[in-house]
Amino acid sequence: MEMLLSGNQALARGIYEFGGEFASAYPGTPSTEILETIARFWKDDVYAEWAINEKVALEVAVGASYGGARSLAAMKHVGVNVAADPFMTLAYTGVGAGLILVSADDPSLHSSQNEQDNRIYGKFASVPVLEPSDSQESKDFVRYAFEMSEEFDTPVLLRMTTRVSHSKGIVKIGERKVAENKGFERNIEKYVMVPAHAIKRHAIVASRLEKLKAFAEKTELNRVEWKDRKIGIVTGSIAYQHAREAMPEASILKLGLGYPLPMNKIRDFASKVERLFVVEELEGFYEEMIAAAGIKVEGKKYFSNLMELDVDRVRKGFIEAGELDASVIMPSIETEPVLPRPPVLCSGCPHRGVMVALKKAGVYTNGDIGCYTLGGLPPLSQIDSCLCMGASIGNAFGIEKAGKTSRKTVAIIGDSTFLHSGITALASVVYNRGTTTTIIADNGITAMTGGQQNPATSTTLMGEKTYSIDLAELCRALGVQHVRKVDPYDLDETLAAIKEETNRDAASVIITTRPCMLFPKKVNGSPYEVDLGKCIACGACFNVGCPSISVSEVKNEKGKPKSQIDPVTCTGCSICAQVCPADAIARIES
Amino acid sequence: MKNGTTNVLIVGVGGQGVLLASEILIEVAKLMGLDAKKSEVHGMSQRGGIVTSHVRFGKKVYSPLIPHRESDVILAFELAEGLRWVGELRPGGKIIVNTQKIIPTLTTTGKFFYPEKAEEKIRGYSPGATLLDAYEIALELGNPRMVNTILLGVLSKSIDLEEDKWIEVIQRMAPKGTAEINRTAFLKGKEID
Repeated sequence: MEMLLSGNQALARGIYEFGGEFASAYPGTPSTEILETIARFWKDDVYAEWAINEKVALEVAVGASYGGARSLAAMKHVGVNVAADPFMTLAYTGVGAGLILVSADDPSLHSSQNEQDNRIYGKFASVPVLEPSDSQESKDFVRYAFEMSEEFDTPVLLRMTTRVSHSKGIVKIGERKVAENKGFERNIEKYVMVPAHAIKRHAIVASRLEKLKAFAEKTELNRVEWKDRKIGIVTGSIAYQHAREAMPEASILKLGLGYPLPMNKIRDFASKVERLFVVEELEGFYEEMIAAAGIKVEGKKYFSNLMELDVDRVRKGFIEAGELDASVIMPSIETEPVLPRPPVLCSGCPHRGVMVALKKAGVYTNGDIGCYTLGGLPPLSQIDSCLCMGASIGNAFGIEKAGKTSRKTVAIIGDSTFLHSGITALASVVYNRGTTTTIIADNGITAMTGGQQNPATSTTLMGEKTYSIDLAELCRALGVQHVRKVDPYDLDETLAAIKEETNRDAASVIITTRPCMLFPKKVNGSPYEVDLGKCIACGACFNVGCPSISVSEVKNEKGKPKSQIDPVTCTGCSICAQVCPADAIARIES
Repeated sequence: MKNGTTNVLIVGVGGQGVLLASEILIEVAKLMGLDAKKSEVHGMSQRGGIVTSHVRFGKKVYSPLIPHRESDVILAFELAEGLRWVGELRPGGKIIVNTQKIIPTLTTTGKFFYPEKAEEKIRGYSPGATLLDAYEIALELGNPRMVNTILLGVLSKSIDLEEDKWIEVIQRMAPKGTAEINRTAFLKGKEID
């Protein structure tokens, strides 16, 4: 049977087919659908969970592997930074049953704060890296990964990219084959990484890498497509698909195993072509290693290390290199530029009231990773920093301690992000006698990635009821003496709380209490309308940045447009009515 | 249809059903026994952003992304998006535009404006463009939810996939009890020039 599957769905299918028994992840675009797919279709065969963060996701997957189950930990590229501590030493201990770490990289930063190339983690840890280039390989490479993991006693980094994860293609479906589960086998020298053991394991890592290099030379994961020998291209991942289309006549050495490289195979390939190129996305990862081996090669000179590649970018590189005629790219026609549509906070989003209140309070706001970062865009423009998961609280405390900033600073962080890595920062603030105000924008879900459960939502990924962490009690337990809840739909209450807590000489936490408008289910309400007779066209409601509010055809005496509200999308949150100085916005009488 | 691959670019705004439309199209291509790929970026689309979906099918498809100006057909669910993407059409290609307008929130800043005379401009770049108010047609059919199916009907005239395969996939993916109205809407779309 054949099915159309995204790379993520195909990878999930691979975990099922090739005997996976355990999967853990923290949601993060573009990786999220892997665990969602497993939990939706195969939860009776494969245990699937959301961990509180990526470090824990990897640690539990490591435990499951030690315990005899073929296991998966999945995360976005920056999540691997969070999990890097266990990962680097996991490379020393090796595994029990097969263990895969999926890193879903995001070239072009479609929904990320950076575009780091995580193949480098493989080299850093001396761990093999597999790089599927389409959906079929996303499934097939799971089998290779489990088998390599067990044969070489190593974790395997399965590196996806947004374009592989989120493109669909035709995939052949097979049956599930259950792998043998031997349970945990005690082996203190292998699993207890104290210096005396770890030094021996490091030597094993070195010899394992030599064996992997020999494997790389003969595995079918790395294959040569011989065509014209004028140009030879070494490529892998999605770049292979673009290169194959852009250069139909070139010979290609397609790498499925991106680390360690089959250097003899590459040397042989290079010797049989006139000119050798590497076409790879992001860093010159293969190119640097190939050049270091003394093989003449060209790559990043023509194919930038910024942003995703596509067929035209590959063609452009070969045009610059003098190997393609410029006519292969269609000349652009000049069309009229159309205004952008940046993403905005949804109609009725509970974060909007907080952003408007923060703006009124005149404070600096250290943001975090989540929907509320959209409050940094005009017209709200109320987020002053956004670094990584959990950074808001530490950033705000640091600015306070630096001591030169007269304006107050607050941290804003979502419920899931706070649980992911905000708790430790808040404890540190309290311990170090900080007076930081932290706003936990608790919308009861992990929203930005599409509505996933978390430890405060009372259900698990597999749909079971579970204990729910009480965020207010948690903050009090950390030693925060001033914890209060506010309704973010009540601007006066929210503003008063922000003013009071930022003027307090002690650490404080404000928790908002309204749910996300989209998840777990779409919230509708009774809409508001603008009384055009009363509207003075001051623009106050425009400045809350609501997608339901737009410019109407009616203008005031100075020619400024009055506003209108779309009754279909308005959810009746009333924030616009609260900022209107003319009392012109009211609930539609039904 | 360079190298025997058909390229269809479907564009619109988050929430309009672009992804479902491309899902139906690629399933039809698969049912025809063709190799097929599609690509889009998820994530921010639920927050009112631009949505684009690349669908490619033929004997063998490599890149999931359509190169610049190689789209055989562009289906735009929204008027300004039709104008934004018309430059991706290959010479001699077909653009189909639903004339519904979704005004971006940015216009409230007074610094950005929804394009004027967008229909004329699209025709200026592509004289053979089909522009239609699919919402109006859906209302005539008595079901405003049929906008997408009508647009797929219009799309089906420009690409070489069999009618009964289209209807089979649309009916399979339609909500229960709407198979007949979807069939009617698809055939209605096929009548539009």
